[in-house]
Amino acid sequence: MSASIHRLPAPFDHAPIEIVGRRQPWGLLALLGVAFVLLPLLGGDYWLNAILIPFLVLSLAGLGLNLLTGYTGQTSVGSAGFMAVGAFATYGFLLRVPGLPLPLALVAGGLFAAAVGFVVGIPSSRIKGFYLMVTTLAAQFFLEWVFVKFPWFYNHASSGTISAPRLELFGQPLGSAEGRYLLTLGTVLVLTWVAVNLVRSQIGRNWMAIRDMDTAAAVIGIPVERYRRLAFAVSAFYLGIAGALWAFAYLGTASAGSFDINRSFQILFIIIIGGMGSIAGSFIGAAFISLLPIFLSHGGQLVFGGSLDAGQVQNLQKVIFGVLIIVFLIREPEGLVRLLGNLRARLAVWPLRF
Amino acid sequence: MRKFIKRSVSAAVLAAGVCGLVAEAQAGANEQFIPLATYRVGPYASSGTLWWAGLIDYLRYVNEVEGGVDGVKLLWKECETEWSTDRIVECYERYKQGYNGAPTAFFFTHSTPASYALLEKGLADKIPLIDAGGGRTESTDGSVFPYAFPLLMNYYSQASVGINYIALKEGGLDKLRGKKIVTVYHDSAYGRETQGPMALLAKKYGFENIQIPVADPGNEQSPQWRQVRQAKPDWIFLRTWGVSTPVGIKTAARFGLPVDRIIGDVWAGSEADVLPAGAAAKGYQALAPFPGGADFEIHQRLRKHILDKGKSDLKDPKFFGSVYYNIGLINAAIAVEALRTGHRKFGNRPLNGEEGRWAFEHLDIDGARLKEIGFSGLLQTLKLSCNEHEGGGAARVQQWDGSKWTLATDWIQADRKLLRPLIDAKSAAYAKEKAVKPRDCSKA
Repeated sequence: MSASIHRLPAPFDHAPIEIVGRRQPWGLLALLGVAFVLLPLLGGDYWLNAILIPFLVLSLAGLGLNLLTGYTGQTSVGSAGFMAVGAFATYGFLLRVPGLPLPLALVAGGLFAAAVGFVVGIPSSRIKGFYLMVTTLAAQFFLEWVFVKFPWFYNHASSGTISAPRLELFGQPLGSAEGRYLLTLGTVLVLTWVAVNLVRSQIGRNWMAIRDMDTAAAVIGIPVERYRRLAFAVSAFYLGIAGALWAFAYLGTASAGSFDINRSFQILFIIIIGGMGSIAGSFIGAAFISLLPIFLSHGGQLVFGGSLDAGQVQNLQKVIFGVLIIVFLIREPEGLVRLLGNLRARLAVWPLRF
Repeated sequence: MRKFIKRSVSAAVLAAGVCGLVAEAQAGANEQFIPLATYRVGPYASSGTLWWAGLIDYLRYVNEVEGGVDGVKLLWKECETEWSTDRIVECYERYKQGYNGAPTAFFFTHSTPASYALLEKGLADKIPLIDAGGGRTESTDGSVFPYAFPLLMNYYSQASVGINYIALKEGGLDKLRGKKIVTVYHDSAYGRETQGPMALLAKKYGFENIQIPVADPGNEQSPQWRQVRQAKPDWIFLRTWGVSTPVGIKTAARFGLPVDRIIGDVWAGSEADVLPAGAAAKGYQALAPFPGGADFEIHQRLRKHILDKGKSDLKDPKFFGSVYYNIGLINAAIAVEALRTGHRKFGNRPLNGEEGRWAFEHLDIDGARLKEIGFSGLLQTLKLSCNEHEGGGAARVQQWDGSKWTLATDWIQADRKLLRPLIDAKSAAYAKEKAVKPRDCSKA
């Protein structure tokens, strides 16, 4: 009797999930070495200030939104609102709590944004999809309005603009381009490491279960509503810190206008193009979206000289973005990161495909 | 084959971009570089295209007709920014070191948010930031803000000129007592900037100061104008921007408020602000530190040497002499005169940012000089110094006759002595917050 059971064919001859072998992270270490040592040494002010810092900050913001949209499946167009909360809260803490070290102020600003994100996320327990997106839209406009309306948030400055207090870390001034770059890089690195571990943990798996099918997730005992709100809070924490870095490490100043709806869309495009539900996708998408305009503007000038209107190049860029977003949504919802993955898989067997 | 074409096209684009990043060819060393953060597309394109056309036309005129500024040719490069702050910052970073050996002496921000964003970068990199008619009001105090120039007219002066013009119409400043003046403002940093000076002026002259905000973008303003009507104001000061100006004028007409009692602010006084309002705007007045019109002397020169030769940057010559075009001319003329001032001290060679600051701080354009360069009536006399980065503080008032702007007054001066303590208090607060040690201007 028992022998016949043993004779049943096994359903799979190997596990249906692909277990990725633990690779030696040499590539990653090399990348970090370049980022931490080589770039500050070699990159001039222009590269650090105008390209690398905004790229890193946008990556962080994309990462934050990816946790909410890519991993938990809740579309949000309120990202810039949470960035504003982070920026204004960090400013408030630095201004009103004397002697508060910068990292703590950043974390406090992030926590404040997380609290706001949690509140905005409350409707997610009742509504989803398109309707939830509209509540985040409302949050975006409400937060923008708050930071214009109440002068207390910007310390009664005449123009509603906050400017960076002196950036210091353990007594070391961070005012230089290198300092601000390393601050941004360090923050992004730590938060990315946290995010990688988060999405591989129980929490991340629950999020993905909810994204893939919330009814099924509820049936297997995942408290769906709680995890949805948690996703909002964590995402807002990331966005808040990104907002503070955008204001203080990049622009050096911010007003509610710096965090308008267009910024929210920009961050959404980052994850659509880069890849939803992928940490690396946030970085690739941010690189693409922040570098393409600059690339086009330099390239356009070189190819066409003065003959082509700078405005036309800008319009061209809008066309390219629009087309890419449509193409990615239809042909490759997993974004650039998937394309790169395919490329790598092909190169791995090249030239002997069979 | 398709694949081949696809690949070669993408390779070509890639190569072009990379080359562009690595090196942009061709330029000379003995040239003065001027970066232009243009915005020819995006929501503000209708004003941006004219602004930069005016500026470029004047620079081209100086280069081709006058042979450069004291023989130093001007070289400019554009970066399209769509008037977004982060793109303007990128443009600044790209060109602050100059271009192939041609140094940058100043940077036109032409955006109050960008002036704020660049404030500390400009200081660190020693690049003067020029924002005529805008910028951070307290940066008028050059001892605390050495590299910020809110030239011509800051927001406080705009409020003051508005009140002085009303007094002129009423027959004297003493007649203002008991009058009701409503300010309808764009609820933004720009709109709220004049609240401080208005409160001070109201206290001094005894008029009633009512402030009514319009939320951005201001497509629908019925509640606000109902409120205005209830207040029964004697005068209305319209401090709106973009679409909120024509909507405001139209709504005021609907509520039966006389349009000739509405005075628009500097940024509510161009063709784009009144044309959409149609007949309702006839008789509307606006402050004009940059008056409209194509009959000034410089326009005749430009018409002869640039426009008629097909060298103008304007796509449509009908906009020649429009308010925004003239703003561009004025900005370019101020910059060119500043360079000339600098050449007298440093010699006829391209200037760097630090020399640029010296040049702007010693800029002195008097009536005779205005006549020489053909800007009489178009530009006010301007004199800057170390702790005085505004220089002018006057505006004319222009009135819309239904088809064009006509100048209603000569230059009206702001009461700058009265407002200066407000500015000094703000700049002192800034200096304290940032631990900046003000320069000693008696030595500069």
